Amino acid sequence: MPRPLIEVASLYKQYETAAGPYPVLKDVSLSIDAGEFVAVMGPSGSGKSTFMNILGCLDLPTRGRYLLDGEDAAALDTDQLAHLRNRSIGFVFQGFNLLPRATLLDNVALPLLYAGVRARQRKSRALELLEQLGLGAYASRMPNAISGGQQQRVAIARALANRPGLLLADEPTGNLDTRTSREIMELFASLNAGAGITILLVTHEMDIARFARRHVHFLDGRIERDERSGVRAEVAA
Amino acid sequence: MIFEMLREAWRAMAANRLRTFLTMLGMIIGVGAVVLMLAIGQGAQFVVQQTIATMGSNLFIVQAGWTRVSGARGAAASAPTLTLGDVQAIARLSTVAAAAPLASANSQLVYGSMNWNAQVAGTTPEYFAVRSWHTVAGTVFTDADVRSAARVAVIGQTAAGALFGTENPVGKTMRIRNSPFLVIGVLESKGQSLDGRDQDDSVIIPVTTAQRQLFGNRFPDSVRFALVQGVSEEVMSQAEREMTALLRQRHRLQEGMENDFSIRNLSAIADVQAQTARVMSLMLGAIASISLLVGGIGIMNIMLVSVTERTREIGIRVAIGARRRDILMQFLLEAVIVSILGCLIGAALGVGAALGVNWIAGTAVVVTAASIVLAFSVAALIGVFFGWYPARKAAFLRPIDALRYQ
Repeated sequence: MPRPLIEVASLYKQYETAAGPYPVLKDVSLSIDAGEFVAVMGPSGSGKSTFMNILGCLDLPTRGRYLLDGEDAAALDTDQLAHLRNRSIGFVFQGFNLLPRATLLDNVALPLLYAGVRARQRKSRALELLEQLGLGAYASRMPNAISGGQQQRVAIARALANRPGLLLADEPTGNLDTRTSREIMELFASLNAGAGITILLVTHEMDIARFARRHVHFLDGRIERDERSGVRAEVAA
Repeated sequence: MIFEMLREAWRAMAANRLRTFLTMLGMIIGVGAVVLMLAIGQGAQFVVQQTIATMGSNLFIVQAGWTRVSGARGAAASAPTLTLGDVQAIARLSTVAAAAPLASANSQLVYGSMNWNAQVAGTTPEYFAVRSWHTVAGTVFTDADVRSAARVAVIGQTAAGALFGTENPVGKTMRIRNSPFLVIGVLESKGQSLDGRDQDDSVIIPVTTAQRQLFGNRFPDSVRFALVQGVSEEVMSQAEREMTALLRQRHRLQEGMENDFSIRNLSAIADVQAQTARVMSLMLGAIASISLLVGGIGIMNIMLVSVTERTREIGIRVAIGARRRDILMQFLLEAVIVSILGCLIGAALGVGAALGVNWIAGTAVVVTAASIVLAFSVAALIGVFFGWYPARKAAFLRPIDALRYQ
């Protein structure tokens, strides 16, 4: 039995508002093994984005425990969290979030820069990733010179730069058309199947969620349903 | 890493050229003003120092007393109270290195078809030592010339140029108030005196010749001034006391009677002038520094706007692993680059303006490397100081807030 990559126990998160504390997550416990492909679903305000932020070490829970690969995120200082995000987690956002003034190559190389990789290796690794995703020819272009789907591929390349074990994708297809969305999802599926990268994906759409083998439904700050299925095989067929 | 950060800073600056330029303008004007003001202030200081250097060190000027005509006081040194004997007695004091009498008047000079009006001063050879004034051609006169009241003259550069043009004056005979004088030496250039007079527009002759043959003094033994050099800076006040006592004794002044002479310490006067020039230099610099400060505040202002504008970018960077110090360094570097670039341009403009002032107004300016280094390091400090707060603000943004920022 593989040891859990993500282990969340009795997670609470509340925001302080003018009207008093507002709970967003109430007693969330979840365990995800390495190599899983999980879709996190639920309506707006159900707490799924906050949950993802905590998993991504961008936010800290009010109470409860979060272990990433056995390490307690609460025990780390900001620099150690930055290091953890840099090495172990890849982020893919709905709005791509590429740096607009940097070339695609520089965008992909950015996590390597913060990891302290030397310039020559940074360049070859970033180029290798861009080529892998079919964008080698655009390396010296600016983000606004390519399409949305291509930008998301660049963002995925950037997320993969330091070979993290975990990809967190927050509605990665939210800004893309159906065909491009499908391409991006197939890319995720192949990264999961081929490289064994654990993927957590936030989405509203069932079409997108079908690519994942496990569906976690949030409702009002709690996990409402947690179902495993073999749907992926069906999709691939 | 530092190279990438420099590139990043450059990108950010290039993305908003007009704003970068306007931010820089504050520094440009500030540094330019500091460099220009320091140049002018130090120029003034330089002029004073040079004048003091040409004057000779540890000098007193002893002046004869005043005449009284029915109770009204006449001009200083109008009474014949200071004699050559007094000057010789002063020279024998242990605290006095040398003393030279000085009798001078403006006189007409003629050589060939040229004529010129210059100050003619009668004195002794000690004068040249006291003023440390040397000849560039020929020699100065001797004690023997003084004793025999020889008609020899040593001529200053300005007078020599006006009278002799390109000719060598040494060995030529010129006329002073229609008396022929043999020019035996040409003095080196001294420039302006503290009161702005051209010291080179002068002719020096033996005091005896001046008194007996040229100025037609009623009291041929008296002089109006004496130039006295103290042995050292430390004994100046003692020398002044001794001279006063000596002269009072020689003039048989009773207790309670007013001095019939006056002694002025020229070095002290010069020191005051030098001090004034220093204070002016400092004040100009201080005023200009205020514009540097304003420029720094401009940088802070724009950096704060820049941090707010790039909140999302900061969020992305933090999400993919930038540490606080990476973000801090990035923004700090940007502020420092803006201020240093502004400083370089400002320094160049300041030097240019200083040269322009020198060219147009003829004001002496001195641009020292130190003043540019000073402006440069102040600019870098201002970049760090005023960039620190915005950079810190950027570094301490919470990643989720930064990412959510639209």
